[in-house]
Amino acid sequence: MTETEVCDVELENPVMPYLRQERLPHIWCPGCGIGTTVNCFTRALTDSGMDLDKVAIVSGIGCTGRVAGYMNLDSFHTTHGRAIPFATGLKLANPDLKVVVYSGDGDLSAIGGNHLVHAARRNMDLMIVCVNNFTYGMTGGQVAPTTPLGATQTTMPYGNFENPFNLPFLADACGAVYVARWTVYHVKQLAKAMLEGLRKKGFVFIEAMAPCPTLYSRRNRLGDGVDQLKYYKEKSKVVNGADTKDVGLTFQGEITVGKFVDRDRPTWLDAMNEHYTQHFGEKYVPYGVSHGQD
Amino acid sequence: MHADPKGVLTGIHFIDGDHAACEGAIAAGCRFVAGYPITPSTEVVERFAARIPLVGGMFIQMEDEIASSIAIQGAAWAGKKVMTVTSGPGLSLMMEHIGLAAITEVPCVFVDVQRGGPSTGLPTLPAQADMMQVKWGSHGDYEPIALSPNSPQECFDLMIKAFNLAESYRVPVFFMMDEVVGHMTERVVIPEASEIDVVERKWTAKKPGEYRPYETDGSMVPEMVKAGDGYRIHITGLTHDDRGYPAMNPQAQDKLVKRLVNKIRDNRDKLVDVRADGVEGADVVVVSFGITSRVAAAAVEAARRKGVKVGHLRLIISWPFPAKVIRDLALTAKAFVVPELNMGQMVLEVERAVAGKAAVISVPHAGGTVHEPSTILEKIMEAAQ
Repeated sequence: MTETEVCDVELENPVMPYLRQERLPHIWCPGCGIGTTVNCFTRALTDSGMDLDKVAIVSGIGCTGRVAGYMNLDSFHTTHGRAIPFATGLKLANPDLKVVVYSGDGDLSAIGGNHLVHAARRNMDLMIVCVNNFTYGMTGGQVAPTTPLGATQTTMPYGNFENPFNLPFLADACGAVYVARWTVYHVKQLAKAMLEGLRKKGFVFIEAMAPCPTLYSRRNRLGDGVDQLKYYKEKSKVVNGADTKDVGLTFQGEITVGKFVDRDRPTWLDAMNEHYTQHFGEKYVPYGVSHGQD
Repeated sequence: MHADPKGVLTGIHFIDGDHAACEGAIAAGCRFVAGYPITPSTEVVERFAARIPLVGGMFIQMEDEIASSIAIQGAAWAGKKVMTVTSGPGLSLMMEHIGLAAITEVPCVFVDVQRGGPSTGLPTLPAQADMMQVKWGSHGDYEPIALSPNSPQECFDLMIKAFNLAESYRVPVFFMMDEVVGHMTERVVIPEASEIDVVERKWTAKKPGEYRPYETDGSMVPEMVKAGDGYRIHITGLTHDDRGYPAMNPQAQDKLVKRLVNKIRDNRDKLVDVRADGVEGADVVVVSFGITSRVAAAAVEAARRKGVKVGHLRLIISWPFPAKVIRDLALTAKAFVVPELNMGQMVLEVERAVAGKAAVISVPHAGGTVHEPSTILEKIMEAAQ
């Protein structure tokens, strides 16, 4: 191929139309995995064929919390840990929207843990993308509810002695209808999980393991982003349908990835409409069905 | 525009303040409430949960007050008029999202049926001790609006005003009831929907691409859109520019925070709502609000029978504080008497407005019940000397 021919090729990155390009460059560090998850998300959006005017993204606070700010969608950067209840209000007030919550492990499972478990219990129709980098990146690498035993963090300077969450098990136990875990090494699988999540009705929980070279890797002498990808590649085992109680993570140990849960149960809104239709009869106008006309 | 008749229970009712507040919200167009049970406010959401399925709205009981206070903001961005309802301990949990509503300019109503505190305090008994908390509770600078009803009828009437102010100024509006007002049952007249004026959200006429979420005209209140309409808005709790994009520098902070406070401060005179009874030329002016105003009215009557020239100024809108009204009265009055069910909160505002030109006598009460009229009378007599 000659140089001229190369220039004739469409050079725009296919991700670009999904981004608020005027907000670039982004804040993420070299080797950070969050951008890779965003790339997967844009592929899932493309493949979904959805009307992007009807997709909203909600983030909490933290490095992953900045995703909402870069996506060219209706996007909400809320308060720390509270993306899920904000998204709950947004979704219930306009059921025509597909609402995606995109946030980090600390945001969703520590300060936001109560909201996570209750939204899963209710089967609120939300897709949760939880980027798990095992640390609080934005504040400088403190211990998270996901930090593996033995890993060093600034507030666990002699190694973490606190038991971490197994997030897929938590989401499963609380009633999520779709639960998957992939790493940012598994870009095809992660994008496919996001696509399935976008199409799934109900509470979807996707854990995306991602390196934080600046804080998690450096403090634990794990090398750079590429070294973490190598670890993901070498130690990941795909077990679709794995029992989520068996997929807990250990420090640099084996990683079980795959789609663990895919089931159906009525969403909160469907349950409400069905219940009120039974109770009130034809006096009740199902909520959200005529939405957009009021 | 007028209220949607579907939500208006026109007629004469015998209901308590909590129920009347709920009816006021529905009449005002509130179609989304998220809440968490807490005495003495729960009856508001209980009634809403029972009423709203056939009105075409939504109630959800969230897992806590933190969730409730942000779920309503998600719903507001989907276009609904929204409210949450709580009491002291719940209000404390909501502080973070009062700040979010202030900086992202979400029209919303927070009902606080005040009870004795601090902490769990007196769940079933009244206080008015959250007045400063709603003014200053969330971190950073902002200006809220607060209303202080003193009867079930006012819980209905002023609730409509609360929603209209929230929409007009795009601020969190606090509805400062107390346990007595919430639980007292009185006659409440609900008018025809056609007699209830409701303020519609300030929707933009601009098209996607032209619209900037925080661009403002002279009113300093930006126009709104809702998610799903193709505007692809970005909304953040970070300091932001006209586009809604994070802008973390002193210039952006200066521009945003000044507008947030000035959209209320510059309209302070328009926002004055007081009930004045015989204040012109009075030697003593009693300043009161909420349930205490009803006790104070009895004390004022008794003092008048004793020949004292005493006036009564009742705050309907307690925030922003009507400082100019007080300042003007201080030119002629000898003394102000300020009874309230707290250890001295709004009296500080009275003192600030009076600025030493008259005596200011606080009549504090730790809460749990209301003042004895004789306690207030005693202070009026003392002030008249």
